[in-house]
Amino acid sequence: MSLASNILTLITFLPLVGMAIVMLLRDDRPIKQMAIYWSLLPLALSAYLWYAYDTSAAGFQFEQFAPWISLGSNYGINYHVGVDGFSVPLIFLTCLLTTISLWYSAGVIETRVKEYFALFMLLQVGMLGVFVSLDLFMFYVFFEIGLVPMYFLIGIWGGPRREYAAIKFFLYTLAGSVLMLLALISVVFNTQSFSLVRGDMISQFVSPAAPIPFLSNPTGTAAMLAFLGFLVAMLIKMPSFPFHTWLPDAHVEAPTAGSVILAGVLLKLGTFGLVRVVMPLFPGAFRSLAVPIGFLAFTSIVYGAMVAMAQWDFKKLIAYSSVNHMGYVLLGLTASVVAVSSAKDGDAQTAANILQARQAGIDGAVLQMYAHGIITGALFLLVGMIYDTRTHERDFRKLGGGLWRTVPRYGTFLIVAAFASLGLPSLAGFVAEFLVFNGAFGVALNGNLPFLILTGLSVLGIVFTAAFILWKVIQMLLLGPQNEKWIGTPDLKRNEMLMLLPLIVYMILYGVYPRWILDTIHPTTASLVTTMDTVLNAPVAAEAPAAEPAAP
Amino acid sequence: MSNLSASLVQFSPELILVIGAAVLLTVDLVSNGREAGQNAIGLGTILLALVATFWLWPGGLFTADGGLFATYIDGALVRPGAFVSDGFTHFFRMISLVSTGLVWVSGVTFMRGRTPFRGEFGAFLLFCATAMNLMAGANDLILVLVAIEFLSITSYVLTGFLRENARSNEAGLKYFLYGSITSAAMIFGLTYLFGATGTTSLPLIAEAVRSPDNLLIKDLSGVIIPSLLLVLAGLGFKIALVPFHQWAPDAYEGAPTPVTSFLSVGPKAAGMAVLLRMFFSAFDAPLLTPHWIGLIGLLAGATMILGNLAALGQTDIKRLMAYSSIAQAGYMLVGVASFGATTMGNLTALGTVVLYILAYIFTNIGLFACIIAVDHATGDSRVDAYDGLMRRAPLLAVAMVVFFLSLVGVPPLAGFIGKFAVFSAAVTTNHTTLAVLGVLTGVIAAVYYFRVVRAMFFRPAPDGAAPIRISPSASFVIWACLAMTILIGVLPGTFVRVARDAAAAVHATGADAAAVDAGH
Repeated sequence: MSLASNILTLITFLPLVGMAIVMLLRDDRPIKQMAIYWSLLPLALSAYLWYAYDTSAAGFQFEQFAPWISLGSNYGINYHVGVDGFSVPLIFLTCLLTTISLWYSAGVIETRVKEYFALFMLLQVGMLGVFVSLDLFMFYVFFEIGLVPMYFLIGIWGGPRREYAAIKFFLYTLAGSVLMLLALISVVFNTQSFSLVRGDMISQFVSPAAPIPFLSNPTGTAAMLAFLGFLVAMLIKMPSFPFHTWLPDAHVEAPTAGSVILAGVLLKLGTFGLVRVVMPLFPGAFRSLAVPIGFLAFTSIVYGAMVAMAQWDFKKLIAYSSVNHMGYVLLGLTASVVAVSSAKDGDAQTAANILQARQAGIDGAVLQMYAHGIITGALFLLVGMIYDTRTHERDFRKLGGGLWRTVPRYGTFLIVAAFASLGLPSLAGFVAEFLVFNGAFGVALNGNLPFLILTGLSVLGIVFTAAFILWKVIQMLLLGPQNEKWIGTPDLKRNEMLMLLPLIVYMILYGVYPRWILDTIHPTTASLVTTMDTVLNAPVAAEAPAAEPAAP
Repeated sequence: MSNLSASLVQFSPELILVIGAAVLLTVDLVSNGREAGQNAIGLGTILLALVATFWLWPGGLFTADGGLFATYIDGALVRPGAFVSDGFTHFFRMISLVSTGLVWVSGVTFMRGRTPFRGEFGAFLLFCATAMNLMAGANDLILVLVAIEFLSITSYVLTGFLRENARSNEAGLKYFLYGSITSAAMIFGLTYLFGATGTTSLPLIAEAVRSPDNLLIKDLSGVIIPSLLLVLAGLGFKIALVPFHQWAPDAYEGAPTPVTSFLSVGPKAAGMAVLLRMFFSAFDAPLLTPHWIGLIGLLAGATMILGNLAALGQTDIKRLMAYSSIAQAGYMLVGVASFGATTMGNLTALGTVVLYILAYIFTNIGLFACIIAVDHATGDSRVDAYDGLMRRAPLLAVAMVVFFLSLVGVPPLAGFIGKFAVFSAAVTTNHTTLAVLGVLTGVIAAVYYFRVVRAMFFRPAPDGAAPIRISPSASFVIWACLAMTILIGVLPGTFVRVARDAAAAVHATGADAAAVDAGH
């Protein structure tokens, strides 16, 4: 019963215990304090988890395994948790943002306090559960659990259109996940295993790893349908164009802490699902649709940025910038599976370059998940701090300008976070985007013209992002003549700065020394690419006959 | 001689129920309508019948010698009994008794003061339970018919039980008229079946249907398909399948709320039991099965779509639940249409339906226990009456959310396990269209369920609304159903085994499923 073998279970279910305790308390103040202090437990454990995570060891770590639902003689559903380099940073991010969100909420939530904090802790269980699950059934269960508390958080404590936003969020995500359920069933039916440990992955409990589904025909109808089931669920959760329309409503109407968690963690469930489930299970199908998916990534990047530029509402602008930023994640991940022509006849050096670029794509994508979590989390907090307790105004035209002079400390925090969102070098966002484009170009230049064009056009997204950050956030809001209406607005208090500080520190830290996190991510990236290649390299022979007629 | 006494022992749950109902009526007569002891007698009877069922259960199959009251001449079986007491029967006996008992308990407070005839009400519930038990084990067309009629007539009376209430009367009459017509259709269909096979015994019908020489069977569209259609009309009425569902919303709305609760679980499960036994054993023939699979698939699709779409427009929660339970029957039929599947946990298609019913029963009874409590306190069943329920009765509001989520199929709750099972069967047998239709209509269901959730949590309670007091009996049912809904969801292993064993009893009497599977 050592800590190492139980730590993931503890982290995941401690919030549930906290929720039970909160339900038993009567008064608002103890409830708030209890929730905040309790959330420090999983936070401390998740920090320890990252510290103790061995970046040089292969495979999943801190695993725990127990049969859950026995289904006949040869297989069943298991309680199987474990972490790798993708999930460790995201678990820490989840715990950090939850603590900050609870802390922030304690200051602004005055109605139905007990329900709020109880739901928030339930939400945390759902998010953490997704990151630690190594069983498809468990993954699905946790993927769904988060839906319900978020629905209530938006619907009860949200803005004026909260009821509409809440049900829209709920239905969209539910529609995605029920299709995933059918895909899940077909995967299990195909391979007789619920395990997420597939292909070349290493786990001490599932050995040998379960087979990759549809191996005999990775792009057949059954495989493609199952792939699309999972993909659409993830694209809705991310969200990617054209499934993003729930996001601006949900983000704008959600209470500040809800937006922080929504943008900071819930969107990552979608992209994490891509690296944990979709890519290892369906590399072949993913490759065959890589260019259309790349097109969705491109559209999310450029369209998201352009729509963000058109917003006058601060919160809505940040919301649409999430569509843009999550587009980079999708682009980076797609780059790692895109088929290139020189891979077949190239020399060893070309092959090494391609491999390096594919890994950079995934590294960048995962880093972007983390970076977007801290950056957008900070930005939503900043929106909340000015709107909830100070001005009750989010319109740039009425809020600006000269806010920096009015509230200098607020301005300073905002400008760092805004520049990080823009992708300024030396801040976390830049490293991630650089790696994504490095990977995407590196792969595409080796012979995939459509993907090269999409990647090239996606660069436009950076320009638009810079434009809306500089124009709206920096110029209209912070600079310019001082808006007399807001003179006398109190600046950030000490506890508010303390909430923002860790996020700002991480933005700078990962900007100047990204190896700190990339060392954790990269080995897992490498093993993911290896796992995918066992499938991707197989169909090369099958592709050859189709390519040959053109040669003679 | 020994056969008769053994048969009577196997028949003990039903005997206990009939005796209990008679005692209840007598006591009611003697005690002049006072409540004293009625609940003890009624619930004691149900409990005793349940104990008898569990006592018989490990015995498993009693079909080896042809079922109860079989006819032997010189030791040879000439005619199988009209009633079998196998694992499948036991399972549906349990469902029938548990749902009757829970409905009884959840309705105790509600019926008090609304009708002076509480003894008769209880007796009719016990008669209903008897009828459902008979349907669970009916192995002969005559008994199928008698049991269904028995259940129908008792249900009509229960629906129209509040004589002073015009809505209740109207509901009872509608239910009766509609039921009479579908019963007539079903009897007509059964005569065709008798004509084609020359017998009313299900095992003998199974033999005749599988016989390659029977010309009447070979000519599918001449006799057997019309007869199947008519039988489906009769059963579809009990289960409330589209297009035989029109009675349901009116009957559900007008009936006393505990009876609504009962209608949504008891007759539906019993109807499914008859349907499952008939189709999976008697009508299971290589030539015939693909046809009824297609037919059931069509009904399933129509039921899921229409049930869920029609529920969208409802403003009365009892009507809403009527359409919801129509839609739920559609999901059960998805499992039936997936005949031939063997999915996770060696659960056959039949097993998945059984599991779904188990999950549905507890969820729906729990939900209705909440609705009964609200109706009892406010006398109002409009969705608007649920405004601010979270303030007025947190237990009811939270419990209702859990039950709604279970009906939507959100994990880790019972309804999810049921949906997971039937959709697994559908995917396994390549009924992908049905599965996709099923999950997407499930999203529609979330729309109307969450309209109630919205009222309960997002809307303020009307001015001056007092907290709602929940009677101990109602809260017992709610907690029990909550526990089961979560238990089936979190630890489904045992329930999967139960469903598998129940299904195995029918498969043992059906044609070799694998052979049929290979045929299509």
